Amino acid sequence: MPPAETIGANMRRRLAGFARTLRDNGFAVGLAETRDALAILVSPAALQPALLQPALRALFCATRSDWERFDEIFAAYWQGRGMRRAQRTVGTPGASRSTTRHIADSVAAQPPQGVPDAVEQGDAQDGGNAADSHDRRSQAARSERLGATDLRYVVDPDEIAETHALAERLAHRMRARLVRREQARRRGRRLDLRRTIHRSISHGGTPIDLVWRRRKVKPLRLVVLLDGSGSMELYTAFFVRFLHGVVDAFRESEAFVFHTRLAHVSASLRDRDVARAVDRLSLMAQGIGGGTRIGECLATFNRWHAKRVINARTAVMIVSDGYDTGAPERLGEEMGRLRRRCRRIIWLNPLIGWRDYAPEARGMQAALPHVDLFAPAHNLESLAALEPYLARI
Amino acid sequence: MIPGRDRIAERLAAVGYVADRDLATALWLMDYLKRPLLLEGEAGVGKTEVAKALAAVHQTELIRLQCYEGLDQNAALYEWNYQRQLLAIKAHEGAGESADAIEEHIFSEKYLLERPLLAAIRRDTPPVLLVDEVDRADEEFEAFLLEVLSDFQVSIPELGTVTARTIPRVVLTSNGTRELSDALRRRCLYHYVDFPDVEREAQIITTRLPHIDADLARQVARLVAAVRKEDLRKVPGVAETLDWAATLAGLEVHDLRQEPETVHETLICLLKTHEDRSRLTREVTDRLLGKVA
Repeated sequence: MPPAETIGANMRRRLAGFARTLRDNGFAVGLAETRDALAILVSPAALQPALLQPALRALFCATRSDWERFDEIFAAYWQGRGMRRAQRTVGTPGASRSTTRHIADSVAAQPPQGVPDAVEQGDAQDGGNAADSHDRRSQAARSERLGATDLRYVVDPDEIAETHALAERLAHRMRARLVRREQARRRGRRLDLRRTIHRSISHGGTPIDLVWRRRKVKPLRLVVLLDGSGSMELYTAFFVRFLHGVVDAFRESEAFVFHTRLAHVSASLRDRDVARAVDRLSLMAQGIGGGTRIGECLATFNRWHAKRVINARTAVMIVSDGYDTGAPERLGEEMGRLRRRCRRIIWLNPLIGWRDYAPEARGMQAALPHVDLFAPAHNLESLAALEPYLARI
Repeated sequence: MIPGRDRIAERLAAVGYVADRDLATALWLMDYLKRPLLLEGEAGVGKTEVAKALAAVHQTELIRLQCYEGLDQNAALYEWNYQRQLLAIKAHEGAGESADAIEEHIFSEKYLLERPLLAAIRRDTPPVLLVDEVDRADEEFEAFLLEVLSDFQVSIPELGTVTARTIPRVVLTSNGTRELSDALRRRCLYHYVDFPDVEREAQIITTRLPHIDADLARQVARLVAAVRKEDLRKVPGVAETLDWAATLAGLEVHDLRQEPETVHETLICLLKTHEDRSRLTREVTDRLLGKVA
């Protein structure tokens, strides 16, 4: 490679600026890349702009989304000017956090509307994170469609905090349980001849240490699809906490939230700061109005995400009440497709816990034939009851 | 024009791989910067073929490491030939040699079995190392691979460190069934391989099937492009296109529009699941044929 000194200082500054722009746009660009870019600039490729672009693209891109955005950024930087701000991704943590805070604050500042009850009064003294749950609950109280039966969780703020903590601990325990199981299985069935002979070399060929072959047990992968629609509002905050615990504890897990659209939320959930993660998620879970389209969201999932996140040892957990405004046939079809890909489908329905509940919603009816376990999830005990099942998968 | 890049494109064409300009640039860059190239894309777009063609261009050996779940160092790097070692121990014991001498002997080159990664760095002429479907290997293996790819040296406890004689050209492919680590991505140049456009696919058909009619090749390419736009579970790849083109040529079809019957019946070359097959009904085929015309 020719020395990089032959490039003028101005050009170098421009290139460093370009690297910075890419970094601002979420590209993983390090010093090594910048150095190699300099090497490209002194190569014959630099004489032809048409070649420079593909060369720099191959160097700087690391993922498909980088690949698709590169040309635009390249054009903006080298041909236009001052695009950096506009290019910043909307979903970056910095940006979204501030909006979340803003909304939460404004909600907290609002006087509670509707019929005041014990829940709202108990909550109004709390600031910060409670503002968010306060928001959810007041909305829930306003919409009476779910009835009051399950409200026992949300009477007292302390109790709520406790429930959430329990949910997280439960999620961790599930993980621990699965790991123990895996170790218990680590006793071989068959002799590993190759390694046994290897070990026996130090004993002059007499096989003293026997090495066993065992099936490698990989931990279960868990994919959770959480219904964030209005009818689930009472439970969303609770399940978001549970999800946070699960995603944190399982080495391989992915989480999605759906209402009218599907959103991939694993990255937000991996935030160590629970309050912030839940904040951000609650915002994402807010529907744009209109009902839940479970069928369509599942179709999106099957088409775009399933290949990446689902393999033969994946359990899919759908948390939804099954009120689908889309066509039930669509839901059934997509459920069938999903079923063929994964190991188990667990459908958690908070409504099962209600007295006299029968899965009569048409969507639920269509989905049921493809579900391996249809279980209640209205309280902690019902979640705890799930643990042995997950361990057996 | 960069002589290097154009030469690569030309030479790739000469060995039967029709590369687009961006890919040729990436391949040139790979040589220039001595970095591995990571190819991503749908199954069947010809990622593996790139490595094969590259080996043919440089007239060098292609060493292939097929990744799978549970792939470990022993299968990827090296292994001792235990059976021979045992035999040697027995033989030397009879001759009354000292234990040290025996040990020295059995842990020598002679008893070492090369696996792809070790083989790739011990050749006199740089080979092409194809790490196929790297996303299928475990994360632990990926980390190990990264180490080998950045240092090009391998340490074998019984033998010492093996440093690369030549730096191989490394091509990694991924189908995106798992997210690769950022570290590995950063180490590599990146190229997203898309399905070829109609023009290039027609060119691929005529390159691979020299006897085919150029018009038929273009028609096939256009129809396949239309089929790919349908909502299918398994989108047909380039290999499927070639199969189909060969089938049509074998059946002596010259114009797709003239023989819709044959077209519909031979579509099994492209559609590999029952669901896709039933989705492309006769009406759909006719509609697609109409578009192609």
